[in-house]
Amino acid sequence: MPNLQPYADPQYFLILLVALVPLMVGLYHGHRLRLWETVVSLAFIVLMFTGHKWGEGLALLAYVAWQFLLVLGYARYRRAHNGTATFVAAVCASIAPLAVVKVTPAVAGHPSLLGFLGISYLTFKSVQVLMELRDGALKQVSAVDFGRFLLFLPTLSSGPIDRYRRFVADIAGAPAQADYVAMLGRAVHYLFLGFLYKFILGYAFGTLMLPKVAQAALVHAGPLGLSWGLVGYMYVYSMYLFFDFAGYSLFAVAISLVMGVDTPMNFKRPFAAGNIKEFWNRWHMTLSFWFRDFVFMRTTFFIMKHKLIRNRVRVSQVAYLINFLVMGFWHGVTWYYIVYGLFHAVAIIINDYWLRFKKKHRQQLPHNRWTQALAIFITFNVVCFSFLIFSGFLDKLWFCPPHR
Amino acid sequence: MDIQSTVNNILLDLTGEDFSTRGDENLFDTGLLDSMDTVQLLLELQDQLGISVPVSEFDRSEWETANKIVAKAASLA
Repeated sequence: MPNLQPYADPQYFLILLVALVPLMVGLYHGHRLRLWETVVSLAFIVLMFTGHKWGEGLALLAYVAWQFLLVLGYARYRRAHNGTATFVAAVCASIAPLAVVKVTPAVAGHPSLLGFLGISYLTFKSVQVLMELRDGALKQVSAVDFGRFLLFLPTLSSGPIDRYRRFVADIAGAPAQADYVAMLGRAVHYLFLGFLYKFILGYAFGTLMLPKVAQAALVHAGPLGLSWGLVGYMYVYSMYLFFDFAGYSLFAVAISLVMGVDTPMNFKRPFAAGNIKEFWNRWHMTLSFWFRDFVFMRTTFFIMKHKLIRNRVRVSQVAYLINFLVMGFWHGVTWYYIVYGLFHAVAIIINDYWLRFKKKHRQQLPHNRWTQALAIFITFNVVCFSFLIFSGFLDKLWFCPPHR
Repeated sequence: MDIQSTVNNILLDLTGEDFSTRGDENLFDTGLLDSMDTVQLLLELQDQLGISVPVSEFDRSEWETANKIVAKAASLA
């Protein structure tokens, strides 16, 4: 059987779009062909895990069964009870497979058998539903809707991370014809922008330039591994990371739109951000908003409600540290992902000090397009440096340099 | 005290600005309210009006102006 990795090459789009034609015709006429949607989705999911990837496919099956058990079980429990211990246990159990997958390589030195492409994104969805059930924002979860949400094909492997209530409202019916036509227009635009980002710019930075600067950085490494090659690596990697991932996200949003679902966007010109806080409102937005709503806000709410820390500034600093450390660990249990998280926590804490200072001295501080340009320049470089940490290249450079 | 003036007082404390005549101004776009402020807002609503708003009920688009906050608080009271 052939194997089809999502958005890997132009062929994939062709096959997928042809398969989606009946669904598109239905949506255009105001009907959502659920059965066809299900058949196509399941077929493409199976094709992701054919050949040597069959193990991952089994892991996915077991994972989905486990999350169904937890979410539907908790929804049932929540109708009559609201114990904190049960809630915490359900969330921990939901995160457990992902935690095993993240920790196993660090401890055992090989990937976990429980892992499959997309496990972290499915976990975000599952945990989100558990938390909304706990809060009473969600009264009930239908097994069918939860399944469609969890396994929504366009965003299965790498997001963007949608919200259950938003998603379910979209799939409940079909958009109005004029709206659907507008959605298709956006889809075409995003597809072509995605091709430019991922297959042209991402390829140029990632495949053509990155190995060259990496080589230069390894060969000419000075004290601490510093070199102009390393500086080049930092910028080239940052560009590669953005264009590759933004391109991928554009594809996912475009295919969602074709399927009549308005999946939220992931990027909004991140390098135009004037500070780190703004950067996180523009970079991998569905992830950072997920963390904001389900980690940062819940942490601050908890700390303030129980008056664990009185000082408001301190509360936010503690919450930032927790928020970005969790994000770091989520990327993987390696020193560079964790340092990346810490780096951003510290950057945002410093940024907050600066914002408070600026607020106090609004009269004395100049504000014009030059200061704005300087702010964007500084933010861009801080971000690129954080991506150098994130890339893991320093690990290679410092701890396992090649024999020269 | 009614909900309207309670909300205006809370916003005055949080942002240092008076919203009693600026009820439709977007609080998030202007950067006057951040996540920390919103958490404090929810806690103050809980303390002063006795309405409990879970964090995940907090959809920014439904809470983005003083008037919307008043309407939301009134609907939950």
